[in-house]
Order: sequence, then structure tokens, then C-alpha cells
Amino acid sequence: MTERTAAVASAQGLHARPASLFAQAAGQAGIPVKIAKPGGNPVDASSVLMVMTLSAKKGDQVVLSADGPQADQVLDSLVTLLQTDLDAQ
Amino acid sequence: MSDPSEPDEPVTLQGVGVGRGMVVGPVAKAYPSPVIPAGGGGDPERLEAAFRQVAQGLQARADTATGALADVLAATAMMASDPSLLDEATKRVAAGETPAHAVDRAVGQFVEMFTAAGGVLAERVTDLRSVRDRVVSVLLDLPEPGVPPLQRPSVVVASDLSPADTAALDVSKVLAIVIGHGGPTGHTAIIAGQLGIPCVVRATGAMRLEDGEEVAVDAAAGTVVTHPGPELRARAQARAEAAAVLTTDTAPGATADGHAVTLLANIGTVADAERAAAGAVEGVGLFRTEVLFLERASAPTEDEQAEVYAEVLRSFGGRKVVVRTLDAGADKPMAFATQPDEENPALGVRGYRLVRRVPELLRTQLAALARAAKDTGIAPWVMAPMIATAQEAADFAALAREAGLGDECRVGVMVEVPAAALRAQDVLAHVDFVSIGTNDLAQYTMATDRLRGTLVDLLDPFQPAVLELVAATARAGRGVDRPVGVCGESAADPLMAVVLTGLGVTSLSMSLGAVPAVRHVLRRHTLAQCEEAARAALAASSADEARAAVRALVDPEVVETLAL
Repeated sequence: MTERTAAVASAQGLHARPASLFAQAAGQAGIPVKIAKPGGNPVDASSVLMVMTLSAKKGDQVVLSADGPQADQVLDSLVTLLQTDLDAQ
Repeated sequence: MSDPSEPDEPVTLQGVGVGRGMVVGPVAKAYPSPVIPAGGGGDPERLEAAFRQVAQGLQARADTATGALADVLAATAMMASDPSLLDEATKRVAAGETPAHAVDRAVGQFVEMFTAAGGVLAERVTDLRSVRDRVVSVLLDLPEPGVPPLQRPSVVVASDLSPADTAALDVSKVLAIVIGHGGPTGHTAIIAGQLGIPCVVRATGAMRLEDGEEVAVDAAAGTVVTHPGPELRARAQARAEAAAVLTTDTAPGATADGHAVTLLANIGTVADAERAAAGAVEGVGLFRTEVLFLERASAPTEDEQAEVYAEVLRSFGGRKVVVRTLDAGADKPMAFATQPDEENPALGVRGYRLVRRVPELLRTQLAALARAAKDTGIAPWVMAPMIATAQEAADFAALAREAGLGDECRVGVMVEVPAAALRAQDVLAHVDFVSIGTNDLAQYTMATDRLRGTLVDLLDPFQPAVLELVAATARAGRGVDRPVGVCGESAADPLMAVVLTGLGVTSLSMSLGAVPAVRHVLRRHTLAQCEEAARAALAASSADEARAAVRALVDPEVVETLAL
């Protein structure tokens, strides 16, 4: 199991457009990715509905996890996405 | 609505008209949310395909839409293709539920989760329900709920339209709107009025009209006629031509003998402002700022607000602009301002009363207005809604001045609570002007919910009790020589405009589309004639009698031209 922790950079948190863009990217990763609040229950990162239920605000930490040889590369690119202010685009 | 035995017999549906226009065009029906039969329904094999079909349909519409609408459609498409939602529905089908129920309950789970989380998540519940409605409709082979994409100019017919439905309308293709429910002061009617689209609400039998059939919609008469014959078509044509002639008079509003009555537009957005500024109006009598706040998780910042206000002020280039501060609550709930548990929201913490719970909302808004005034060098008129006492008026004026709105800005309040009308003289001691909101004044005077369509006769602004309060307010204004405006939809009724002018009202604010007819009726009557009409209305003992008395005094040629 590979894990990464990142802070949400988007102004309105992981909601609406930022949540959609993130879930879309996770869905296209090719491997199952989970996302959780630290210590919380991991949920399917490709589900925009589940991602929104985390209610992660700007600055909140989230934990991404995945298995397999591609995990490092996939998680790194998703972390980059989280650390971008998606509202500003 | 065609009956095979009488193929071309016209059938007339009676409703309540909004606006004065008349058009003939084909029906485009919008369908309500599907009702799942007790036994459920749907083919388990088609479950995944149904979600996919809905997601693709929404995405296709998102691709051709622009702005906020495109974002909402894309987000809804994303929800329809959500793997967790499909998983949950699939599990339920595997456990023995019918697909329709499985979808309904799977979405229901998320609705519950989102509602419990509150805030921004709760605001997405509408989108979730829209996904549920669409997928269930596909499974049950029902027509797609909501307004279909319009291929040609059409008469949109629905049982009712949600604010989201109306926002999604391609107005360039909407000839008229006909709804079976709703009321003349509901949101659909207000939006139709703003856009100058003829509208008939409470049209009994509207949903029996057939998609594509031609109907004649007469907003002045409140009728929808099927199979319109050559005579009706000719009348619609003549009315359209008369309306076009009226728009050629663009001079300031005045009676035949030159008594000025300022004619203003009601607006809600920068787009409205631009449209109204291009029209022949002397400014804005009601800028409903709550549109800025609706559908938002948190209140817009001072910067955001200042920018919008400045843009609106600039588009009118120094013409009068009356800004109403936030009127949240009652029929306009907002996540960050309203209490969800009020039993009587129309009588609760709404309008100016929000200052008791969230004073910073009003302070921020007033500061933003002061900034816009400074940035543009244009002084707005600013007023508070739902004022009940002279003390509230005084407090609002003090807050406005404190926020930096200087002497060049006029500060006023709305008169929509009978208490404020009865004590208008006291209220006017603290403010520069008042503006009467006749929709709410009628609601509170007649103890009648504005949203309760079945009680529409009681909300008639011609009700003598309502007229009496308008008269008292106008009298108080004349006594101290301060402006008394009317910004309710009643100002858009040419007969009422004559009465209001006769009562001493100094400005009339209405939807842009209503201005030409009001300008025309005033131009054709002297102030003395208006005063006579006002006396006749006040002397009547019922709304119908008052209206008939006024109509009898209005120039018959004008009655004919405007279809009064």
C-alpha cells in the first residue's frame, strides 16, 4: 500500500469543480485510488459524490492510497492536482 | 388536448396572465419528476445504460451551454456517471429491489448524507434529485423531466417550473410560458415579466396540451387557446404591431398635463442592468441584490459585491439606481442567512430583520455600496426591505451613513408591512424616501401567502384595504415632500399605474417589458383624471369593483390598444 498526504489548495475546498476535476483524474488513473481525511474512512477517489462527502476545506490534509507498481506515479500526479488551486483556473 | 370527434374546435384554458403580450406558437412541454409505481419498475439489464444515457445527455447539453448553466450541467453529468452511485444501485438490484426503487434509494442515501452535512453539500441536493429523476424516467420509459432543449421558438408548457428550470431556459426561443400551478408573483412570473415574455400561470389543464400543437397565449386575458383560427392569429399580429408602436415613445414618464412620474425598471443582475440601461427608462427602482447571494455557500465578499454594484451604477451612467439590501428568507432561503426551522418564514427573520442574527451581512453590503459609490462617483439610492417600525428605519439609516454612504446618497426603506404604511409619517422622519412593495404589502395586509396560488384573488393589489395603505403612505410622502415609489408588480398594470399616480406616487418601477404600456396610459390622462380614478378605486367595496370603476374612467382608445 502506497500513501501520500497532501493539503487541499483550492479556495473552495474539495467541492464542485475542484472535486469533479480530482475525481475525473482519479478515475482515469487506471488503478483504484482511495482518499480519506487523516484517520478517517478511505473512500473511492473516482467518486465525486464520495469525495465531496469528505468536506475537505482549503488547507485540510487528505491521505491518498493505492496499490501496485504504478501507485507512486499515480499518487504523485494526484497530489500535484490537489496542491493546485483549481478554482483559479 | 385534441378530441378526435371535434378535430379543430378551439379550447380555451383560463389562467392568470402576467404581462400584456399575445403570441401564437407550438407547445414544448416540460415534464415533472417521475412517480415510481408502488411495485417499482425498470429492467435490471438496463440499469448501467440508463445512468450512462443520462450522463451523456447532460454532458452534451453542458457542451453547448455557457457560464453557470454549463458548470451546473457538467457537475450533474459527473454525478450521473459516479461509480459509487452505480455500485449502490447495482447492489440494491442484486438484493431484489426493482431498478427504479434501487436508483431512487441509492440517490436517497446521498441526499441524506449531503443534507446532514449541510452547507455547500446541501446545496447540491437539487442536482442529485435531478439525476434521480432523469435515470428513473429512462428506466420507466417516461419523458425526460425538465425543459427539453428548444429546437424552434416555442410556448413552454409545464405543471410548474423550478428556479433551476427557468434558469436553464434558452430565452431566445421562448415565445411564452404557460404553467398549471404557481402564482402571478411567483418566481416564474417575475422572470417572465423581466424578460417581457407573455406568461399565463394557474392555467388549468395545461398539461393536457400536446407537444408541438399550436396555441395562442394571451397574457392580458390570461388565456391559452388551442387550434387558434385566423381571427385570433390576426389579433396576435395586431397586438404585436401596437406594442411595437408603443415602444417608439421614449420620453420621460408624465401625465398628459406634464406631471412627471419617474418610470424605472426592476433588475436582479448585471445582465438585467445592461438590458434595462439600453431601454427607455429613467433608471432602476428596484435592484434585487439577493440574486448575487442565491445558490451560494457563503456570502459574497465586500470586494465581489462592490465590483458588481459599480458595474450596475456605471451601466446607468448617473441615472437613478435604487438598491435594495439583501432580502433573504421566506421564499428566498440562503444557506448562510436563514434559519431552516422557522415555522412561518414569511413572518420570521427575513429582510432587514437579518441584522438581528447576522449583522455583518448588512454591514458588508453597505460598505460595498459605499465603495462602489466612491469608485464610480455615482451616488446610489439605498433601501432596506421588511421595515416594520420607525425605529428600524432610523437604525438602517444610521448603519448606512456609518458604512460611508454620504449625503449625496439617498437612504430609504421599503413599505411592505402594513405597520410601516400606517405609520409612514414616522418612518419618513428618518429616511429620504420610501418605496412600496405591493406584492408583500398585499400578502401581509390580506394575511395571504404569496406562494399560495389558490388564494390569488386575495392578493389583488386592487383590494381596497391594500389601496388604502398605499394611499396613506403616499399622503405621508406628500406631507413632507419626499418621494414615494412603487416597485411591486402592480406598477406594471396600466390601470393601477393611473390609480397610483392619482394617489400621489412619484415613481413606478416594473419589469422592463411593462414600461411602454404604462408610459402610454399616463401620457393619455391628466393628473386630475388620475386623481379621479384613484378616488373611484378607493370608493369601491371590492377589488373587481375598483378595477371596473377605473377602467370605465380610462380613455376607451387606450383600453382598446392595451387590451385592458
